[in-house]
Amino acid sequence: MSAAPSVGVLALQGDVREHLAVLRELGADARPVRRERELAEVDGLVIPGGESTVMDKLARAFGLADPLRQRIADGMPVYGTCAGLIMLADRIVDGIEGQQSLGGLDIAVRRNAFGTQVDSFETDLDIPELGDPPVHAVFIRAPVVDEVGPSARALATLADGRVVAVEQGSLLGTSFHPEMTGETRFHEYFLQRVRARS
Amino acid sequence: MSAVEWVVMTDTLSAPSTTPPTELGTTRVKRGLAEMLKGGVIMDVVTPDQAKIAEDAGAVAVMALERVPADIRAQGGVARMSDPDLIDAIVSSVSIPVMAKARIGHFVEAQVLQALGVDYIDESEVLSPADYVNHIDKWRFTVPFVCGATNLGEALRRITEGAAMIRSKGEAGTGDVSEATRHISTITSEIHALRSKSKDELYVAAKELQAPYDLVAEVAATDALPVVLFTAGGVATPADAALMMQLGADGVFVGSGIFKSGDPAKRAAAIVKATTFYDDPEVIAEASRGLGEAMVGINVADLPAPHRLAERGW
Repeated sequence: MSAAPSVGVLALQGDVREHLAVLRELGADARPVRRERELAEVDGLVIPGGESTVMDKLARAFGLADPLRQRIADGMPVYGTCAGLIMLADRIVDGIEGQQSLGGLDIAVRRNAFGTQVDSFETDLDIPELGDPPVHAVFIRAPVVDEVGPSARALATLADGRVVAVEQGSLLGTSFHPEMTGETRFHEYFLQRVRARS
Repeated sequence: MSAVEWVVMTDTLSAPSTTPPTELGTTRVKRGLAEMLKGGVIMDVVTPDQAKIAEDAGAVAVMALERVPADIRAQGGVARMSDPDLIDAIVSSVSIPVMAKARIGHFVEAQVLQALGVDYIDESEVLSPADYVNHIDKWRFTVPFVCGATNLGEALRRITEGAAMIRSKGEAGTGDVSEATRHISTITSEIHALRSKSKDELYVAAKELQAPYDLVAEVAATDALPVVLFTAGGVATPADAALMMQLGADGVFVGSGIFKSGDPAKRAAAIVKATTFYDDPEVIAEASRGLGEAMVGINVADLPAPHRLAERGW
């Protein structure tokens, strides 16, 4: 039996603790990542929910953005929720001036696509890849995927057809927050890829 | 489709039976936004330009208000909810969450702020209280609330009334961090003290904290508040922010400390860095260099008791 996979949670800002808890519950050796040397020690990475503009700024200020892009290009499995999905998108719609993403997912993501906090909501999503029961999804000032390019694949849509979960190679992204509801299937899906590579 | 149409469609009985229900304003959604702000800095701003500076510096949210606490303190008089025009202007100038303050117990100011579409309401002792008996019944709102607290009992009473986030009060508008230190330390040590208590001792603890037993038992079992705990009131430097984080805060509110300083943009960015790397003195040292003048400030010990804002709310 192989050792527990070593996975990081990008800990510049956001709901880091919730992701660490889910990953540890699933048997991973999960740890916060804020520095390049910490990134070098992990086999996979979760980019949590939070404020994408802050993560972008801090990732660049502390020299983490380029090493992150390199690891993504090298095929490291990465799972992004909400702000993490924005960080993984090749294109951001409605970003602030100068906002950059890490990229990797061939998608355009729209920030705050549902409106302000009073429009934040919970709902159930049927996701064929994950089977039954439906995923109970929490959307908090959430982004949506406006456009799915040819290299990416939509995993989940709302009733109105808008895309809220995507994958491409070893990258996975969701508009919503499985880490908040006790939903472990997305993290398990991500960990399978980490285990397959390490 | 706009958010409004989305709600209407999914809430109507005529929606197709395959459409899952959509729930707005749930406890999870309200507390969840605060979870997303963790590790971040929320900055007081009084103009759209300041809001942009805060966003560009890495603020995780802004607090829109007419006067920062230092000016409320200096100018005196009754402090109220801000003009809706100002709040609208700030909401439309940034894409990060916008919070705004309502007076303690002033549920109509809160209704107005919800109608304006702010992302969080701060029922705040920095404004003049509107009701010296009741706080706002926050469960009646879709928008989430943050409330101040000086100790665990006060925090739990606010959570019982529906607060989805707590901030330790400190003493706003002073630039003196000593009260912030006292309040965050009090709350965290009172939380940890519950951990070792047996069930029958928790009944007494609930009585002493003047908080519901179930909530006290939950805090004892999890060794944490059920909501995010930020700190506020007197933070003026990167080291102040890091101090709050090392004392157990999930994040930091900075009021007068940024825009009452010599170089707000630089100081704001430095406080953001020190909040993320709160346990790394080298980063804090680097962030603290060349920031220009900090806000002048007032020593809380020199403030006569009637001018201490933290004593408002109970």
